[in-house]
Amino acid sequence: MTLLRVLLLLLVLSPFVARAGDDPIADLAGNYDDIRHAVDALSVSGNARAEPVIAALQNGALMVAADRSLWIREGDAMLDARSGAPGSPNGPLKPVRLNNAVRRAIEAAMGNLTLFSADPARRLKAAQALFAQPDPAALPTLDRALAKESVAGVRRLLQQAQAAAVLAGADAPIPDRLAAIVVLRARGDLAASNLLAALAGQPPEVAAAAAEGVAAIARAQKIWALAQGVFYGISLGSVLLLAASGLAITFGVMGVINMAHGEMVMLGAYTTFVVQQAVGAWLPGLAAAGVLIAIPLAFIVSGAVGIAIERLLISFLYGRPLETLLATWGLSLGLQQAVRSLFGASNRDVSTPGWMSGAAQWGGVTITFNRLYIIIFAAFVLAALMAVLRATPLGLQMRAVTQNRRMAAAMGIRTPWIDALTFGLGSGVAGMAGVALSQIDNVSPNLGQGYIIDSFMVVVFGGVGNLWGTLVSALTLGIVNKFLEPVAGAVLGKIFVLVLLILFIQRKPRGLFPLKGRAVEA
Amino acid sequence: MSGRATMVCLVLVLGGAAVMAALNLATPAASALHVPAYAVSLAGKYLCYAMLAVAVDLVWGFAGILSLGHAAFFALGGYAMGMYLMRQIGTRGVYGNAVLPDFMVFLNWKSLPWYWYGFDHPAFAVAMVLLVPGVLALVFGWLAFRSRVGGVYLSIITQALTYALLLAFFRNDMGFGGNNGLTDFKDMFSIPLHLDSTRDGLLLATAVLLAAELLVARHVVTSRFGKVLIAVRDSESRTRFLGYRPESYKLFVFVLSAVMAGVGGALYVPQVGIINPGEFAPANSIEAVIWVAVGGRGTLVGAVLGAVLVNLGKTFFTATLPDLWLFALGALFILVTLLLPGGLLGLGRRRPRAAPVTQAPEPAE
Repeated sequence: MTLLRVLLLLLVLSPFVARAGDDPIADLAGNYDDIRHAVDALSVSGNARAEPVIAALQNGALMVAADRSLWIREGDAMLDARSGAPGSPNGPLKPVRLNNAVRRAIEAAMGNLTLFSADPARRLKAAQALFAQPDPAALPTLDRALAKESVAGVRRLLQQAQAAAVLAGADAPIPDRLAAIVVLRARGDLAASNLLAALAGQPPEVAAAAAEGVAAIARAQKIWALAQGVFYGISLGSVLLLAASGLAITFGVMGVINMAHGEMVMLGAYTTFVVQQAVGAWLPGLAAAGVLIAIPLAFIVSGAVGIAIERLLISFLYGRPLETLLATWGLSLGLQQAVRSLFGASNRDVSTPGWMSGAAQWGGVTITFNRLYIIIFAAFVLAALMAVLRATPLGLQMRAVTQNRRMAAAMGIRTPWIDALTFGLGSGVAGMAGVALSQIDNVSPNLGQGYIIDSFMVVVFGGVGNLWGTLVSALTLGIVNKFLEPVAGAVLGKIFVLVLLILFIQRKPRGLFPLKGRAVEA
Repeated sequence: MSGRATMVCLVLVLGGAAVMAALNLATPAASALHVPAYAVSLAGKYLCYAMLAVAVDLVWGFAGILSLGHAAFFALGGYAMGMYLMRQIGTRGVYGNAVLPDFMVFLNWKSLPWYWYGFDHPAFAVAMVLLVPGVLALVFGWLAFRSRVGGVYLSIITQALTYALLLAFFRNDMGFGGNNGLTDFKDMFSIPLHLDSTRDGLLLATAVLLAAELLVARHVVTSRFGKVLIAVRDSESRTRFLGYRPESYKLFVFVLSAVMAGVGGALYVPQVGIINPGEFAPANSIEAVIWVAVGGRGTLVGAVLGAVLVNLGKTFFTATLPDLWLFALGALFILVTLLLPGGLLGLGRRRPRAAPVTQAPEPAE
């Protein structure tokens, strides 16, 4: 504390010290006390050479020559400490030595220097550090930094750091403290709440304002937590939606139970892996776009496998849903083992491109970009599917075949082809889901298994043959799951949702949005 | 499903078990005729699977209920037996606690959870083996059949049921040993489990109970009740219009089948020596369905045949060619459904007799 007081004094006096004509850089060649004072003086001098010189001192790269001139060693070159220009010192050099007092002074100086750095990001960091460790002694520095600061975000943080510092001290006048409480309350996060909660023993009006601030922050936090829960829920819901929308086509529209649907998702994820390897090997410039390239390829791969499955297996089993279920289950076992034999049983590493990683802070909600992109992607896939079903000739024929197969055939529609294409479409969408899942889940042969039961639940809950129902049910299940998690724990929450669904199906066997009309009894 | 096939099956099961047990006990280890103890336990395990398969065939083959969660009843019966065996360990556990099983001591539990009370009495445990799967099937079936959930929807929610149980039993706080399940059993009804003679006895008991199960199932399906059941399978709404209540028939047979599966599970645990949540995996239930399909759906005897053959294949493949097992199993699913709708027993029969396997051929609409 004494040291800080000294520092404080020096900070206040520093403009005079600097004007007094002393040369702090020259003083660095002196004894420990001289060095310490010189560091303090330099840190607030506004001298452009202050930072490199002090940094060199900290790293042991500052050398002193016999004529007391100072040099910075950079690799093999020697730079003049005062000008930064390369030169050759005369005579042997020895490093400037440090003791602990000097080291502490250097650390404080570096903190202050970054507060005045030209780079706003570094200033922000320094302000964050000061907020995290409030220190009344830093107040004058903060005041000066605030006076110079022009970037709004850094300015706000500096004010918060200032408020924290005011409250940490014992001698600030009460109106100042009340103003500081207002600043912290506006910040509204856990750190601010903790700082305010520590004020319980202060004079009554301060303590009351602080308590009120804590309560207000708690309320705000609750609302943010709710918003965060909704975001996580939508994120999980969009994953479910992606996995289930292909199934909504094959199961919902065609009525085919495809237990190998999860394996179509898995194939999409492995396509992403292969594309990434190929791009990395041959087109390194496109590495960031690997995921985008994988989307159409995954659609084609899974879609083609889907068409093959439909022609070679499922077309022999129409009208026998239970047998279809068993045969496609067998197929899923074969596909899993095939992928395991080809790629190995361990998880393959699919990297997330730079533009998909990271997170943004929106108030109290953290939005991770990969989740955000998946939500957007899911919405896009659903919209595209609806467009295909409603606005294309293929979609028209698909709907005709599902509504009345024989009549459609009589109108000249080649129903076996439509069956194959519909199944291919559903499988292709599953493949695209696999691309998205490869970003958030482990790419392993068992990837699809984890989603198959959930996907069926989504489709059944939403009502078979209804894409809107699938959307509503995926989002509902996602949000309910995420809100049950903190109350009941992840696993118990999931069990609870499953049991609720089982009960729900008893009440409404045809889901939330059942199809009406004659097709129902088919 | 003729009476003769059943007789042959009973003779083979009982006789085979008796011969294996006798050869295990009576011949010296060096003899070429000696049956090693592990083979006895393996045969016992197959017969337990056969009990599960008969249970599945009863609901799928005769009532048209494709349950993809029957292994859940098997596992619940197994857990009920496992809890009794755990309590039998007494002070011989690693921690030597007279009341608490090892895993509870390990998790710092202070007292036995209420649902473990009574499991130190064999009669109570046996009652639970029958009651727990039965009551679950009763509640689940009552809810499902009353609201006419059928076909693939029922299949999917039975799968969800076993999946939910799988997740639940994996939890340590459930008090069933979590991931590791129940194991390290010492003795059963005060007889040490590691003795060869105990293994032989268990094999014989399994064979006798399987035979009893076959006879009960056969009695059910050949009675008047069974005729209505088959009518429900082939055309549920027509049966309903004739004045029957299909849900009551389905519910009865579903509960009976669950109890049979539970008994199979209870015999499985002492012979295998462990029960863990993996038994609840949906894949197990589906595998049980394929045993039935391989042997011949709706034949009961075929279920036994299919269970034993497929599991023999599994033992062989996983030991010698582990990579090929899933391919073989997958191919089995596909080939049996595509080419062999009547299963192995359907091979000998004329084509039309195999027809009940499929639903009435309606145009897919």
